[in-house]
Amino acid sequence: MSPEALLNIGVSAISQGIIWSIMSLGVYITYRLLNFADLTVDASFTTGGAVSAIMITQGYSPILALICALIAGMGTGFITGFLNTRMNISALLSSILAQIGLYSINLRIMGKPNLPLLRVETTFKNFSEWIGLRDPFSSLILGFTVAVAVVCILYWFFGTEIGCAIRATGDNPSMVRALGVNTKNTVLLGLILANGLVALSGGLLAQSQGFADMGMGTGAIVIGLATIIIGEVLFFKKNFMLRLFGIVFGSIVYRIIIAIVLQMKVPSQDLKLFTAIIVALALWIPNALDQNRARRARKSANKELFAGDQDTNNGGASHA
Amino acid sequence: MLNIKHLRKIFNPGTPNETMAIYDLNLHLKPGDFVTLIGGNGAGKSTLLNCIAGVYPPSAGVITINDNDVTFKPEHKRANYLGRVFQDPMLGTAGNMSIAENLAMAARRGKSRGLGWGISKEEFDQYKEYVSRLDLGLENRMSVKVRLLSGGQRQALTLLMATLQRPDLLLLDEHTAALDPRTADKVLYVTRRLVKENNLTTMMITHNMRQAIEFGNRLIMMNHGRIVLDIEGEDKKGLEVNDLLKRFAAASGEEFDSDRALLSM
Ligand SMILES: Nc1ncnc2c1ncn2[C@@H]1O[C@H](COP(=O)(O)OP(=O)(O)OP(=O)(O)O)[C@@H](O)[C@H]1O
Ligand SMILES: [Mg+2]
Repeated sequence: MSPEALLNIGVSAISQGIIWSIMSLGVYITYRLLNFADLTVDASFTTGGAVSAIMITQGYSPILALICALIAGMGTGFITGFLNTRMNISALLSSILAQIGLYSINLRIMGKPNLPLLRVETTFKNFSEWIGLRDPFSSLILGFTVAVAVVCILYWFFGTEIGCAIRATGDNPSMVRALGVNTKNTVLLGLILANGLVALSGGLLAQSQGFADMGMGTGAIVIGLATIIIGEVLFFKKNFMLRLFGIVFGSIVYRIIIAIVLQMKVPSQDLKLFTAIIVALALWIPNALDQNRARRARKSANKELFAGDQDTNNGGASHA
Repeated sequence: MLNIKHLRKIFNPGTPNETMAIYDLNLHLKPGDFVTLIGGNGAGKSTLLNCIAGVYPPSAGVITINDNDVTFKPEHKRANYLGRVFQDPMLGTAGNMSIAENLAMAARRGKSRGLGWGISKEEFDQYKEYVSRLDLGLENRMSVKVRLLSGGQRQALTLLMATLQRPDLLLLDEHTAALDPRTADKVLYVTRRLVKENNLTTMMITHNMRQAIEFGNRLIMMNHGRIVLDIEGEDKKGLEVNDLLKRFAAASGEEFDSDRALLSM
């Protein structure tokens, strides 16, 4: 393969990773901050793609299409939140219900299962012309700009009074109520924000890949989890800002892994299997590493402590 | 201050698990009252405090705080009036947030929350000063996650959080029961100081009869969902544990049956 082709593949994997990372930041809000297993994601991602694609084909500006994708995604988060907080349906079930219902809605938005964006303007094409760089490079810059903006907004928001209340809700809801906050509203708000980001990511993806289809969000939740965990294992956990950037980098790493897998001529229908395996490994490895570290620490401590024992008959050190 | 009329609480009504936790309870607290609440296991003490706090709605009766009918107000709205500390040290604080962030959240109890910064520099310094007065060495660990603190440290912090915005009524549900005796003493000392400094109306559940006699100006004993003894003022001052047991037996027609309470004398 030519170096240029390799560079192209690398850069487009990175820019894909960045676009998908916005979805993962949304998943991070529900999964880690709110402690809410939100499966709406698979559908709201598609909702974002569908809204973004249909608006462009109808001649609206690509930027407006992204804004509407964001708003539509917030609406999907509201549906799950309403089912959960106002109708008292469990988190898992309300998000599954929303996901199923949204399947029909997404199909209605698009009108057909697949919507190509061939001879129309997209944010990416416009941006590419505007800065005078060709595709994977311009997508990279645009995606990165959006991701940095989202990270900064999230960092700010979760430092505000409302943001703190949302974080605390995932931590200890009964305390939050005792401190005068309606936890139903904090859960609802978190879901709205999270799914808005997920749909924005779907809208960006549709514009960057040049089509939207009904299957584009399938498995998104799993990819989001994988990304978060890769980010936490490989990158920084120190402070909140670094955690958020860790997710963006985790998403890039994930896409590079997928690109490598594809280069190894793995048929694309097996890709979901690979994703599942990667996630299973990513969930298992941090645990295994911790246990291994503890075992080694115990061994060396035992060695040191038992070394002083003079008793040679049953040799304490050999039990170490 | 607090006024409870004909409070009744039935759990799982109409099912085989139906439990009458509170039968028909009337209680009036004057401002500044410090009530210790004692009674056997399952007497309904926690249920009473939870009904006051709005954790669940009562099955019958009316609860007013400062002449506001709160009977059906949701928990987060009643929080305006109440400071609470729970038996389980995990329940009062958010473990993944720092000491300072927990205090900042507590400082906003009863106020509307917006997009202002969650904690300001001045607040931080002020909380540091409050925390140093707990005398637990926590003032230099303000940014440490609360989950890394011991149970006693968490309870002391929860107490401080409950009183940061002066509550009309402070509810303590066996808040030292999960602690070792020395730590429990320290937390009780902080309790006494904060109640006195802020002149708080307080209800404190305890299993320790000595404590119930020693603390506060009023002692209430519950049994099977009813108040069986209500001892106040001068009458309470001269009280001995044995008197209390006798008066309980006379009033309820039963022996006091809490093993825990007798052991912890
Ligand atoms: N959430 C609940 N659901 C069902 N039953 C409950 C619930 N909470 C309490 N009960 C029952 O109500 C009765 C009173 O319980 P409560 O917790 O108020 O007692 P208590 O006086 O606090 O006892 P303890 O000293 O053991 O804490 C008990 O029979 C208990 O089993
Ligand atoms: Mg109790």
